[in-house]
Amino acid sequence: MRPTAKTLALLAVLLVALVLVLDLWWAGPPNPYSAPPALAIGSGAAPSGAHCSAGAGR
Amino acid sequence: MAEALSSNREVSAGVAAEPAPAGAAPAPVNAPGIDTDSAPARSSRRRWLRAGAVAGACFLVGAVALFAGARYGLLLLLGFGFGVLLEGLGFGFAGPIRRMITRRDPRGLVAQLFAVGLVAVVALPLLAARGGELAGAHAPIGWAMILGAFVFGICMQLVLGCGSGTLVNAGAGDAVGVLALPFFVLGSFLGAYGLQWWVEWGTLPVLTTTGLFGAYGGLVVTLGALGGLALLLRRLAPPELRRVPRRLLLAAGLLAGLALLHLVVAGQPWGVVYGLGLWGAKGAHALGLDLGGSAFWSAPVHAARVEASVLTDVTSLTNIGILLGVVLVGLFRGLDEPFPRMGARGWLTVAVAGFGLGYSARLAFGCNVGAFFSGIGTGSLHGWVWLAAAFAGAWLGLRLRPRLGLEQAG
Repeated sequence: MRPTAKTLALLAVLLVALVLVLDLWWAGPPNPYSAPPALAIGSGAAPSGAHCSAGAGR
Repeated sequence: MAEALSSNREVSAGVAAEPAPAGAAPAPVNAPGIDTDSAPARSSRRRWLRAGAVAGACFLVGAVALFAGARYGLLLLLGFGFGVLLEGLGFGFAGPIRRMITRRDPRGLVAQLFAVGLVAVVALPLLAARGGELAGAHAPIGWAMILGAFVFGICMQLVLGCGSGTLVNAGAGDAVGVLALPFFVLGSFLGAYGLQWWVEWGTLPVLTTTGLFGAYGGLVVTLGALGGLALLLRRLAPPELRRVPRRLLLAAGLLAGLALLHLVVAGQPWGVVYGLGLWGAKGAHALGLDLGGSAFWSAPVHAARVEASVLTDVTSLTNIGILLGVVLVGLFRGLDEPFPRMGARGWLTVAVAGFGLGYSARLAFGCNVGAFFSGIGTGSLHGWVWLAAAFAGAWLGLRLRPRLGLEQAG
């Protein structure tokens, strides 16, 4: 029996949920008191550099 | 339903839907224990499910904003926006390249160029004025970068999805997307793991149009190049395929708007691949793998990301939002993606190509979103080279499909 699109979409959601749960277990919950300002623009802080265009040196 | 001019998925792309087995008995009507619900009851349940899904999405965004920070809640919300827009309006990146190659249909590709142009009009002056707070998707051109984009182009046409496309396809319940996604994660992690070795093949300094021609000169050059390419594509098309539908122009405008909001909120352009690689790195780290052997993952910025919560990573949040946003659209429109009919060779190809997508996207410093859309939109010349190399790869990928068990014979 072939899985339906609903089943497969649910599987994809469960994969994401698994990432979130394992990360919460491993890295712990985020600390909202150390969060950056809501908007980067006007914050005066440089972006982290964690982007697809980043190399090892950035 | 609107014609899928720009979306990545299309049944006619070669993978046929699995039909009901010949001679199969029809489902019994009102058989004991099956479904005795009346149509109004089903309709009511569907309404509650949809309302619950929207409420759940709002709750998730609120919870992330509350427990992680307002910026992260906004990024998740933007991710939802990307997902709803890409799936709802049928806007994609891999599909239009395929249609340009196979049918000389440039409409989706021209819409993409229009979106990139809109981003550039706002982003380039903004980056010039706020360089300390905002960064472009700037990366160097190099041998490995070109090879990576070429291989990405091949793999993109094997799984019929790019970075965002794989997330969209998975969220829509497409079996190819669901299978490709974990391999994409693994490939992206390993591609980043060895990135430094590939970069040492030979890499130019980072080149941008704004660096070469100044803030406004760079914008003029970028818009001129985008316009010139759009005109060339239109010229190559048959007359009936030259007019871009309003739906795609609307989608392009909305996508550009979301991308600019992303830049303002995150301080960096929209990307996809980094977050997927990070998930792989977190998994490897949790399993005890020493990431100190990788120049990339041991660099302070990336090592800090591995240690921190995924709910504070920009690309992870938008990726999660994209996938869940697509599911949301599916709950309203119906999840009816047909199951592809292909053999073991086809499924093996999907897994390998999913891995290849992730690995090559790291070499190429991004996928269609991070390198092409955000790269060109923020003035990076590597985005242009990426587009040329990926287009060539896509041409080869489409020719490989039948040999790799991804097309029906005949």
